[in-house]
Amino acid sequence: MRTAAIPVAERRSRITPLRAVKDTLVIAERNLISYTRIPEALFFSSVQPIMFVLLFRYVFGGAIRVADPGGYVNYLIPGIFVQTVAFGAVQTSIGLAEDLQKGLIERFRSLPMARSGVLAGRTVADLCRNVLVACLITGVGYAVGFRVETSVWGYLAAVLLILMFAYSLSWGFAVIGLSAANSETAQVMSFPLLFPLTFASSAFVPVQYMPGWLQGFAKYQPVSEVIDAARGLMVGGVADVAGHVEVSLVWSVGLLIVLAPLAVHKYRTRT
Amino acid sequence: MPPAAIEARDLEKTFKGGVRALTGVSFAVEPGTVFGMLGPNGAGKTTAVRILTTILRPDGGSAEVLGHDVVKEPGVVRALIGLAGQYAAVDENLTGRENLRMIGQLTQLRRVDASRRADELLAQFELTEAAGRSVKTYSGGMRRRLDLAAALVDRPPVLFLDEPTTGLDPYGRVAMWATIEALVGDGTTVLLTTQYLEEADRLADQLVVIDHGKVIAEGTSSELKAQLGKSVLDLEMGSDEIAEKAMVVLGNQLGRPATRQASVVEIPLDEGPRDVIEALRLLDDAGLAPTGLTVREPSLDDVFLALTGHGTTEP
Ligand SMILES: Nc1ncnc2c1ncn2[C@@H]1O[C@H](COP(=O)(O)OP(=O)(O)O)[C@@H](O)[C@H]1O
Ligand SMILES: [Mg+2]
Repeated sequence: MRTAAIPVAERRSRITPLRAVKDTLVIAERNLISYTRIPEALFFSSVQPIMFVLLFRYVFGGAIRVADPGGYVNYLIPGIFVQTVAFGAVQTSIGLAEDLQKGLIERFRSLPMARSGVLAGRTVADLCRNVLVACLITGVGYAVGFRVETSVWGYLAAVLLILMFAYSLSWGFAVIGLSAANSETAQVMSFPLLFPLTFASSAFVPVQYMPGWLQGFAKYQPVSEVIDAARGLMVGGVADVAGHVEVSLVWSVGLLIVLAPLAVHKYRTRT
Repeated sequence: MPPAAIEARDLEKTFKGGVRALTGVSFAVEPGTVFGMLGPNGAGKTTAVRILTTILRPDGGSAEVLGHDVVKEPGVVRALIGLAGQYAAVDENLTGRENLRMIGQLTQLRRVDASRRADELLAQFELTEAAGRSVKTYSGGMRRRLDLAAALVDRPPVLFLDEPTTGLDPYGRVAMWATIEALVGDGTTVLLTTQYLEEADRLADQLVVIDHGKVIAEGTSSELKAQLGKSVLDLEMGSDEIAEKAMVVLGNQLGRPATRQASVVEIPLDEGPRDVIEALRLLDDAGLAPTGLTVREPSLDDVFLALTGHGTTEP
């Protein structure tokens, strides 16, 4: 027997923060490679936002009146940003459910790696993807007439805020993915959450056009807060931008604090 | 006696919904041997493996791998084991090489070392040609080999193989057996689960038979076989009447009961091949010639029938 393995194993079983970061990066790399090889994932992160931009810019947009500087296209693009990253987060739940189904999570759980590695890697991969998505939407937005009316710093701050919120959302969808029996269920569980959050929001239509009962939700739910903050930072025309930014940050940090440990707990204890 | 490589004491596990997957399972595995866990579908094999590999916590009992408690020191245990689960747990979208390199990096090899180890294993498992292709394009057998390779990246002293040949074709199965035998040669302790008596017989030094979450028999494979049932000689006699005559002749002269299923006479082979010669000689003397002959191993069903009085019914 190779008893020499034991002291080595004892040393290697210690999970330092550095180890956790390394594991996260290895898994993130794996997920990013995967994304480039899954046509559906590429579709969801590229074609879909472009379709939404075109749909709302040219089909519905003419009928929606806004007072924003630059008109509806400037109102729309910040909303598309947030809607796209929120939809993208569904990939986290589907991907994790698939990993569970295929037994990969079991393998990872039997490895001497950080308990947070698989989930942190997945959410970091999502974050990287969202950076690319942000570039894509900016490009498409400019092509259809969107213009940053504030400053490049305002724009960057908005993107940063959106990325932070998206990162927290990814952890939420990780919880869903780890609770689902398979990837189809994960998808089915994700959309009832996603639709009200993205469509009953200020993303496409100003909230004041919605019926009274819906306004209460649409106005204060986190997605609207982030959209309003981003819109204010990118194109202006939003009252109390600082307030929206603050509320958005509180949501992002709050969701992360609650959801990340919950997701890791689910990962560790899933039978 | 050296300490056990794997020791399970009264392991119990009840799943939500009340399924009692393990109801007090104990066994010990000697270092450097192959230990077989034989049982039908739903017996609790995977549950036991999951507990021993720290994936699942037992509700009762305890277990150690190389002296380290799987619940109290899961990190150390994980650094000592390799696991190839019941389904090939590899990332379909990555290539074979990328899969192995990822596992290597997660077991703390530096990137270059992980790549080198990946190539080594790819060569060992005859996957070099497919190394750069995404696993989606692999056959079932290739996935299984990659999965086993992934379990070996870290050169673990203790290896868990959950039904390593289920779903493989006969060629793949024989190849997998050879691979497992080679592993044991270099000192690795292997715990494998299987539904096939033949596989347990061929690979395992020591065996437990498990059913409904309980160990119902244990010993070496030959001990168990002696206890469980012998090979059976089936003689096809061509017609029911001739078979009836043959049964009488053999029953009288072999000194043990022969049974008949339609035109086939069945004789348990207490003395092995010698019995076959004797039976054929007796039939020839009586002027009876079989039209067909098979010697078959007792099936898992025969074993379970012998041990429990019931077949391998699902719970
Ligand atoms: N995660 C689980 N949740 C609920 N029941 C389970 C779970 N895993 C296994 N079982 C049940 O426990 C029993 C033993 O299962 P398992 O250990 O997978 O058997 P085997 O591997 O021998 O086929 C079966 O009845 C199975 O349905
Ligand atoms: Mg099983």
